[in-house]
Amino acid sequence: MTVSATIRRQRLTPLWLLLPALAVLVPMFAYPLYQLGLLSLFEYGQPQVSGGEPARFVGVGNFRALFDDPTFWTVLGQTVVFAAGCVVVTLAVGAALAVLLTRIGPLARAVLSFAALTAWAAPAMTGSVVWAFLFDSNLGLVNEVLGLGGYNWFYDRSVAFALVGAVVVWHSFPFVMITLYAGIQAVPTSVREAAALDGASALTTFRRIIAPILRPLIIIVVIQSIIWDFKVFTQIYVMTGCGGIAGQNLVLNVYAYQKAFASSQYGLGSAIGIVMTVILLVVTLLYLRALRRTGEAL
Amino acid sequence: MTRRRIADAAAIAVAVVTVFPIYWMVLSALKPTGEIRSADPRPWTLHPTLEHFSSALGVSGFGRYFLNSAVVALTVVALSALISFLAAVALTRYRFRTRTTLLVLFLVAQMVPVEALSIPLFFQIRDLGRTVPGVGLNTLGSLVLVQLAFSLPFAIWMLRGFVAAVPQEIEEAATLDGAGRFTILWRILFPLVAPGLAATGVFSFITAWNDFLFARTFIISTTENQTLPAALLVFFKPDENDWGGIMAASTLMTIPVLVFFVFVRHRLVSGLGGAVKD
Repeated sequence: MTVSATIRRQRLTPLWLLLPALAVLVPMFAYPLYQLGLLSLFEYGQPQVSGGEPARFVGVGNFRALFDDPTFWTVLGQTVVFAAGCVVVTLAVGAALAVLLTRIGPLARAVLSFAALTAWAAPAMTGSVVWAFLFDSNLGLVNEVLGLGGYNWFYDRSVAFALVGAVVVWHSFPFVMITLYAGIQAVPTSVREAAALDGASALTTFRRIIAPILRPLIIIVVIQSIIWDFKVFTQIYVMTGCGGIAGQNLVLNVYAYQKAFASSQYGLGSAIGIVMTVILLVVTLLYLRALRRTGEAL
Repeated sequence: MTRRRIADAAAIAVAVVTVFPIYWMVLSALKPTGEIRSADPRPWTLHPTLEHFSSALGVSGFGRYFLNSAVVALTVVALSALISFLAAVALTRYRFRTRTTLLVLFLVAQMVPVEALSIPLFFQIRDLGRTVPGVGLNTLGSLVLVQLAFSLPFAIWMLRGFVAAVPQEIEEAATLDGAGRFTILWRILFPLVAPGLAATGVFSFITAWNDFLFARTFIISTTENQTLPAALLVFFKPDENDWGGIMAASTLMTIPVLVFFVFVRHRLVSGLGGAVKD
């Protein structure tokens, strides 16, 4: 009998090693998730919070109210379009720059890596206020340089969404760039050199040679980006002042937060949370399938 | 050769655009108020001043918020490293029936929109505060608990690869030399996965340091327990913004993460490689 077999036979060891993690995750993660589901089935507002009235079970009532509300569908549509736009642009920029990184000198590479690192490191809150300052209608640099006078970038729905999207991309392309660059570096140099010798352009090399090899890695980066961009909160909340003029820049996350904490409809807010969770869980299943395909042993 | 030149120039142009908002933030923090309010903003300043920093730290109390953020983030990093290390060892070195289930659950947990959990957690933290002091609403403890829970699934998932990369023979040899399980865990395995701990530490630090939503939800009446991101919003008013002060506070908020990033940069990249395992 080997030593490791002896260790493995001590059955209780993994349990106490996992105990601290479970002691945090069960009460602070699993239980609140269960509570979220429960809350979504109740009418839970200000009278219930203060204890004046008992919580009233309404079954799928919150969901029905939500699905009957045209605002919900608008917000859902906006969330999907906004997240999809952010994902596509983030991946395009990240992938293009990852390829560019392989084709430049060490100095330029160091400069670009450092610049990306600063954008990555900047907290969402910092990024939001700095960009808001740059695009401020009165004192912003952009309006001064472009001579736009007092143009308000946050007045028009699509302009505001595009600007917030730019901040999201600015924050998240470095992750894609650095991860894909690490992946490309793992592709044998001979393959890349052969492509370069044949005079293949950066785009062709990426599409025809690197992308197929990196396919599993790309799938993971894609789904990770979908999950992040679907959950954007700070940038929208801060830059558009809690969701824009008359709530025209709401996404599901901010909408749920508003319903719950601003209008005390905690049950309805929880129902929105459940809808988000279901959508992201579907994405998770795709993610798991992608991982399976890379041969990751669970 | 020219092609390389063009590529280099393009990369540097992208770098300039990327870093510009950060440059503008630091510059505006150093500009005197008159220059910020000027209708002709210049990309440099001839009269750098620390007035915005001193007013942010002094009058606006950002020193206190900075300290709060640091306490929360560093506590989360330390606890998360410790707890995720133990869990990662359990999940890589032992075979037990619920192992696969747990791994899948940790992965799925990363996908849950934690923002939606702010609703039930608000009530839970409020009720918890009534029985356990130090973790209720308006406490830093509540933020530590929540951020710890949100950083653990990713930290465990990421560290697993680092623990698995340590050859089991090392532990077996140590056992033969008479080392106990505790010694193997802390004296041998823990130092060997240090690079992994650095990488997961960055992610835990960023999650905790950047948190705006939970700080805003939990710290409602005791403003001296506010953390930086939520405190910044208080000074961010749509009509009359003190941009110099906001930029100084933003700079203070960015520096620690940037320093952290630069120090663990290489470990971070190798950590990402280990996590995605191409």
